[in-house]
Amino acid sequence: MKLTGAQVMVKSLELEGISTLFGYPGAAISPFYDALLDSTLTHILTRNEQGAAHAASGYSRVTGKVGVCVSTSGPGATNLITGIATAYSDSIPLVAITGQVQSDLIGRDVFQEADITGATEPFCKHNYLVKDVRELPRIIKEAFHIAATGRPGPVVIDVPIDIQTQEIDFKYPKEIEIRGYKPNYKGHPQQIKKIAEAISIAKSPLICAGGGVITAKASDLLTKFAEKCGIPVVTTLMGIGTIPGDHSLNLGMLGSHGVYCANYAVNNTDLLILIGARVGDRALGTTGKIAQKAKIIHIDIDPAEIGKNVSTSIPVVGDVRLVLEDLLEIVKGGDTKQWLSMVLETKQTRKKTIDIQTKNVNPRLVIDSLSQKLSADAIMTTEVGQNQIWAANSFIARKAGAFITSGGLGTMGYGLPAAIGVKKGKPESTVVVVAGDGSFQMSMPELGTIKQEGLAIKIIIFNNSRLGMVRELQKNRHNGRYSQVYLDSNPDFVKLAEAYGFSAERITDNSQVDSALDRLLADDKTYILECIVDPEEATV
Amino acid sequence: MAKHTLSVLVENRSGVLSRVSGLFSRRGFNIDSLAVGVTEDPEVSRMTIVVDGDDYTVEQVNKQLNKLIDVIKIRTLEPSESVSRELALIKVNATPANRTEIMQIVEIFRAKIVDVSKNTLTVEASGTNEKVTALEDMLRQFGIKEIVRTGTIAIERGNKYIKAGNNEE
Repeated sequence: MKLTGAQVMVKSLELEGISTLFGYPGAAISPFYDALLDSTLTHILTRNEQGAAHAASGYSRVTGKVGVCVSTSGPGATNLITGIATAYSDSIPLVAITGQVQSDLIGRDVFQEADITGATEPFCKHNYLVKDVRELPRIIKEAFHIAATGRPGPVVIDVPIDIQTQEIDFKYPKEIEIRGYKPNYKGHPQQIKKIAEAISIAKSPLICAGGGVITAKASDLLTKFAEKCGIPVVTTLMGIGTIPGDHSLNLGMLGSHGVYCANYAVNNTDLLILIGARVGDRALGTTGKIAQKAKIIHIDIDPAEIGKNVSTSIPVVGDVRLVLEDLLEIVKGGDTKQWLSMVLETKQTRKKTIDIQTKNVNPRLVIDSLSQKLSADAIMTTEVGQNQIWAANSFIARKAGAFITSGGLGTMGYGLPAAIGVKKGKPESTVVVVAGDGSFQMSMPELGTIKQEGLAIKIIIFNNSRLGMVRELQKNRHNGRYSQVYLDSNPDFVKLAEAYGFSAERITDNSQVDSALDRLLADDKTYILECIVDPEEATV
Repeated sequence: MAKHTLSVLVENRSGVLSRVSGLFSRRGFNIDSLAVGVTEDPEVSRMTIVVDGDDYTVEQVNKQLNKLIDVIKIRTLEPSESVSRELALIKVNATPANRTEIMQIVEIFRAKIVDVSKNTLTVEASGTNEKVTALEDMLRQFGIKEIVRTGTIAIERGNKYIKAGNNEE
């Protein structure tokens, strides 16, 4: 079958089982967009390429499929970059397809030329510049394989426009042979035995669950493991939902923005079991220093994570799900009653009651009330900043994948476009975006995408007319010398919503929260709830 | 800090060198030298990388390099169980008065004179990094006009060898 490169790209995506992709056309990718017209693929036109990458990321996180985003060359491709780096930090499988200028003009600084493979090299799992159309089927096959297997991540395919128009006899490869890429899935039995032994003698063991547990679809096994051995669980920001938020063994999020109980447990454990967690600096506090009195077990599919940020007594390289399956067969658990009663008491006594006397709207009250009203299959995406931490610490994620955030890179402007992908991937779920007034404005034009696609997304904006997280940092670290954190020209978000044809309201007092949330959730379209928050409101 | 020699088999494709060198700069690892050339298999190149760092650094270099899709195999070479060489070309000032002395030094180091002009001699030397450095030191007194060094290449002694497939001994 003779196909052009562009037709090969489209056909290969279909053969990879892709049904939805996110992108923004331009000259250097125009043959691909032309071929798209004759395909079954659904394309979502975002308002910026960065939105396309984040939407593909959100889509991937709820469907388990590889997210696909497309852009043209030059500025289109560079706009994708933040989304690619975000996916890399959070290990999200993504294939980013970029158009490139004509092959023989590469390197001549022609119109809309940028070296996107060079630019993305440090923060993508792999990338390709296609130089021969005959290599295109193999490259696409490899790209999807690399993105989705091992530790997932983004892969970039840069396709010059002339490659898209050249014809080949199309045959999609069935097998892949990449000599240097053979992920190790099965954990070493001897190491797993060592874990079981360490647990049997530990007095105060603690599990730290990260996003890798969600990627490995192992949250059910993690909960079973914790229950069987009577071990409490702390989660990282990316690990929220790995054990249900209302589970008695869940101590909450650890780290500099985590809860007291989780950090108390980390400081007093004698056996810390890190599972699919890279122990980033926000979780550690000080790099390399965590649970100093404890023996450390680290289970991760990426060997490079083990020993990178914390030295480990028992390293296990393997797929978290397979390792937990093997471990559950042999582990018996020790006597943790005293330890459990101690940490659970800490959880009870230090549980903050939400102060409803706060000035304006208390964001914790909003998230807490929202959690009570949402069903278990609801999905929350967040922006980055104070809103993210308020949401992380107050939202009850009842299952894995219910809380979607930019954990590693901390990308403002992630939540809104990610929600578009989430809603496309799981149309039956209620999708709520939690945003700050600053981060919301980073991707605000994506309201147009929501409108065009007719999506029903619930948006809560915590408006304190500040870059709240930075302001707090300046308060604590720079003696209150506030620099460039005032957002004095915020638009009227209610009127803005109305301009797009969405319903919206603004609340200024805690007494309005309950009924406003009811209206937000009852509306069958996109709804914006703006909550005026006291700028002095602390993050934790 | 100790020097460690890594022998790395990579796919012989464009862009691989930049991926490898980029990884070093991005992660703050210090490359002492990097030499690359094609192997007996034209689809595979071998990089000899000398890294300056402690055990943590070498372990991380190893693991992070392994993550690159184009990297096929890595081995850390023990100095006692491997042979390492470097090639250097040194262009040194030479006058009729000191030409003989230079030739004697070259002879002692088992180096070769590969080019000669009225005012210069060009010396080719191969050996360990230390030997080449020692020769360079000896020739410095005459005035070195130009020097080019390849960086270290290394190979394991005896029957051990690293192949892209699984047929290692």
